[in-house]
Amino acid sequence: MTNQPINESINQLLYALELADNALIIGHRISEWCGHGPVLEQDIALTNTALDHLGQARSFYQFAANIFNALPADQKANFFSSPVLQNKIAAGENIDEDDLAYLRDGWDFRNVLLVEQPNKDWAFTVIRSFFYDVYNFYFYTELQKSKVAELAAIAEKSLKEVTYHLRWSSEWVIRLGDGTEESHERMQTAVNERWAFTGELFQMSEADKVMLAEGIGIDLNAIKPLWQQRVAEVLQEATITMPASTWMQEGGKEGRHSEHLGYILAELQFMQRAYPNMEW
Amino acid sequence: MQLINKNLYGDYGDKEQAGGSNDGAKHNTASEWPLWEVFIRSKAGLDHKHAGSLHAADAEMAIENARDVYTRRMEGVSIWVVESRYIHASDPGESASMYEPANDKIYRHPTFYDLPDELKHM
Repeated sequence: MTNQPINESINQLLYALELADNALIIGHRISEWCGHGPVLEQDIALTNTALDHLGQARSFYQFAANIFNALPADQKANFFSSPVLQNKIAAGENIDEDDLAYLRDGWDFRNVLLVEQPNKDWAFTVIRSFFYDVYNFYFYTELQKSKVAELAAIAEKSLKEVTYHLRWSSEWVIRLGDGTEESHERMQTAVNERWAFTGELFQMSEADKVMLAEGIGIDLNAIKPLWQQRVAEVLQEATITMPASTWMQEGGKEGRHSEHLGYILAELQFMQRAYPNMEW
Repeated sequence: MQLINKNLYGDYGDKEQAGGSNDGAKHNTASEWPLWEVFIRSKAGLDHKHAGSLHAADAEMAIENARDVYTRRMEGVSIWVVESRYIHASDPGESASMYEPANDKIYRHPTFYDLPDELKHM
């Protein structure tokens, strides 16, 4: 790590944070269903899935923390804006996965806007997962070829989980879309409402571009047609019309988030912020 | 007078009636998913064993729900599901005539053989 150019380390760090934040935030959103699922079996299914995402987030945060800790002190000092994290770094302490999840402010989160969108109803929850799962499936498939062994290993392990997530969410899209009049309408509404958040998945951030050039990251433009095809197939089977709109939301990968992320972090981070280093 | 009392698994219990009973008066069968019985094989070569039951809209969902409910702690390598209403059960009211006659037939147990010490797992 030490003889690596600093720039590459930083881009690798940002890249890992993109992946980790996506996993953490969608995992948190899905975990909000815990105890509120429509039936016990689906409550457990969603909670399992939330934990899968959380496990993936942990792996990427650990990877990111190692890169961060190896950076020169002057690079670390103001890398994250939150004072509590800066104080820790100024005191010469290493940071870990928990610090990255609990002590960063919203603008340092690099997840896509899709994953922070509210659960609303079952259709909205399912379609958010579906759009993300399809992306994740192709993303991890490609990431298995990463030059960085740790990333490739995380991808290989995660792909098994994501394959199941995709099966689950695809079936629910079809079940609701091709179900009753009401379920069809709700699913179509959810698809229409969430469609504008799908474009950002394939926008290459600066870190994405550098990592692709280094053979570490993957080409999002290459998986886009695969995503489109799979989504079109499932929506067709679900008798859902694919939205024609091409205008897309963006900003999450650069730290510009919707208002929802603040509320998520308030809930997610409250205990560690109010009672630093608490354990339970 | 009803001569043959047909007992289905779902006739006992309360919620189990969702998919298993004709008694639609007490339960809204149309809006509840049917009940399924889940059988899990814990490892290759062993039998599938009854693990419990769950609700699901169809067989595919039942297998997925079984995966999520019953194999979270590495309990299984294979899952069978069958809709509970297809399981026919013996009548608890007839237990006396069905099972008690076996009570005094102790000679049916293979416990009267002297086994050599070297023989394990018997």
